[in-house]
Amino acid sequence: MNSMLERLSREFRVTDIIERNARLTTFTVDRDVAETLIRELRDREGYTHLNFMTAIDYIERGVFTLVYMLHNYATKSTLGVHVNIDRDNAEMTSIHTLWAQAWTYQRELRELWGINFPGSPRIEEDFCLEGWEEIPPMRREFDTVEYCERTFVSRDGRETTDPREHMHEVIFPERGGDN
Amino acid sequence: MIKSLSTETTLENAGLSAEEQDLFSNARPQAYEPYPIKAVEDFANWCRANSLWLLAFGTGCGAIELRPLMTARFDANRIGVAGRPTPRQSSVFIIGGYSSVKTLKRIVRSYEQMQGPKFVISLGICPINGGMYWDSYNTIKRLDQYIPVDLYITGCMPRPEVLVGGLLELKKMIKEGRCDGANRYVENFDWYKANQKKVIKNWNMPDYNW
Amino acid sequence: MPQPPTHSSSLDMSQPEPVDLSSGKYVKLWQGPQHPGITGNMSLELTLCGDEIVECKTHVGYLHRGFEKFMERRTYIQNFTVVCRIAVPEPTFNEYLYSAAIEELAGIEIPERASWLRALNLEMMRLASFLMWTGGMSGAFGLYTVPNWTLTYRDYLLDLFEELTGARIYHMYIVPGGVRNVLPDGWKERTLEILKGTEKLLREVERVMMNNAVFKKRAKGLGIITPDMIDPYGIVGPNARACGVERDLRKDEPYLVYDQLDFEVITGSASDAYERAWVRQQEMYQCIDLIRQMLARCPESGPFQAEMPNVLHWKIPPGETYHKAECTRGEYGYYVVTDGSEYIRRVHVRGPSYTHGIAVMEKLAVGTNIADIAGLMVSLHTYPPEIER
Repeated sequence: MNSMLERLSREFRVTDIIERNARLTTFTVDRDVAETLIRELRDREGYTHLNFMTAIDYIERGVFTLVYMLHNYATKSTLGVHVNIDRDNAEMTSIHTLWAQAWTYQRELRELWGINFPGSPRIEEDFCLEGWEEIPPMRREFDTVEYCERTFVSRDGRETTDPREHMHEVIFPERGGDN
Repeated sequence: MIKSLSTETTLENAGLSAEEQDLFSNARPQAYEPYPIKAVEDFANWCRANSLWLLAFGTGCGAIELRPLMTARFDANRIGVAGRPTPRQSSVFIIGGYSSVKTLKRIVRSYEQMQGPKFVISLGICPINGGMYWDSYNTIKRLDQYIPVDLYITGCMPRPEVLVGGLLELKKMIKEGRCDGANRYVENFDWYKANQKKVIKNWNMPDYNW
Repeated sequence: MPQPPTHSSSLDMSQPEPVDLSSGKYVKLWQGPQHPGITGNMSLELTLCGDEIVECKTHVGYLHRGFEKFMERRTYIQNFTVVCRIAVPEPTFNEYLYSAAIEELAGIEIPERASWLRALNLEMMRLASFLMWTGGMSGAFGLYTVPNWTLTYRDYLLDLFEELTGARIYHMYIVPGGVRNVLPDGWKERTLEILKGTEKLLREVERVMMNNAVFKKRAKGLGIITPDMIDPYGIVGPNARACGVERDLRKDEPYLVYDQLDFEVITGSASDAYERAWVRQQEMYQCIDLIRQMLARCPESGPFQAEMPNVLHWKIPPGETYHKAECTRGEYGYYVVTDGSEYIRRVHVRGPSYTHGIAVMEKLAVGTNIADIAGLMVSLHTYPPEIER
């Protein structure tokens, strides 16, 4: 496993290799070679199972981090491939030719984050949302509470208290501070 | 097909294309009148109460406790409840828990296709005030803004015994003549429709699904 | 022993040609959300030529609540109350995977007794879920007696859950740090009695359903999954084991106490709907056996909750992890990312029905009859809530 990672880091400029636990290792790779790397992992290294494909919105860094989780049934190890793509121009090579299940994940990513995968089948079709007119909802700048107040009508009388504040002010007022 | 000639009583059906306008009725819904003789109306209410046919539509979490309800242990059949596959043959619509906006469109469609007198029971806390999805962008927070609700059963999930209790309460209410959700819907039709159209953005069906 | 599947690049993964709807040969039919032949709340848009399906499109999103978005607004301890609603018919796996992922990132070790109790809860949930599945499977083929039997026995299991955890369906029993309660007095004996009754029931179900001529005729040859479809489509669980592939997370990557238990992976050979039903039937017997083993070996004393920090001020150092478990449908996974604050940064739930319900269903539905499409969907064991969360 280490020799494979060493070879890959030389060939594909892999960075940030972190061993999360005994079975899972994650690393970051550049966007332009990611699809080639994943294909190599599938065909030559035995990582034939795509667990899932998802995205994390790191708005503070201005990137979406796409995560591809690949699993090797023979060695029972899992690799998490991170690919950083630009938030404002979110586009990535499609992997629908590598796994027959991948086009569903790509549909979901386009709808909920706005990441486009040119060439992926039925990418324009609605997946979970119908008639959605706002920005893709999983983006961090989308404020769900404000959207709910604007669109839906709530019943009066609902009060929400922060549990910590309630503890400090009402239940244990004499304690004070962070404990 | 009911087609009305006067313009005050027709619906716009703006969501339909020009070819589809001819396929759907544009008449407004009508309220049903109670029978003029009280004894006949009481008898009709008694019949309606003892023959509650549910619509088989598991809209959300609540559907998980509808299956045990029909088995021998809780046995909803003994109080006259049977599941029907189509809205045309059912009189009770049980909304099981939360409704996403996509499901709400189908709920409205199925509800309007049911024939009056019809009753709605909502299960769980999510249709009351949003429940734990109070800040979710895709669920509605108050069901009675969109369709009239006759009975609320709270809990997460309500047990089948509570469901049976709720159905018995509904029967009592029907026999007393207090369940007029369908008429309320017709009388406040424009208000309900405006609320529905505010959340359901892709309105590609007629304004009233006869 | 059948060979594990190799990744075959000869599998045709192209999308089918769209049919010409104006030719008058085809009819579009929605096996829509309001339909008694649908498991849960999703819909199939079918294009038929006569009685045969030529195209099937799955539409999901009726149960989309935006879990992953609002979980980012809640602290770690607030989230465990909401995760069980993600997969409505089988909620316990969500609680376990969420707690296990959080504990791994926070570096908390749970006591041994808690592991046993967690595994016991998970196996009982598997049995209850399989019983409901059996009801659905036989109901889809017209055998309406079997659901009434299996749902009754599932109800006895739900009674046991209620005694243990306080609720029938959403237990919230497995919490970060351990479990909430120990086994009440007499619970073990009651469980063993109910398991005896469930075994007898399963033998009856075998006679009535699995040996039924009509069920055999309709389910054999329905929805055949070939071994070269397994990796490209990500087919897991009993659907894959029915093809002869020996993959079970409880054996391959043991979690909790499964490395101390004695069981074998059940595989079939024919990989049609009948074989999938047979594999699940055998797994139910296996569940009962595992529960008995756990009840015999579970420690009677000891702590059942680890020392936890103040959960209202709980900050977990940045990291990420992917935890998986074997639920009734296959590999269920939670991918959790933390960033050092009090709120969780990202949770992604990998439900097995995501692939089974959409890509696999659309491929297998082509060529089946209208009457068998509900049976096909139930034999793949799709639960819509975990597809769109």
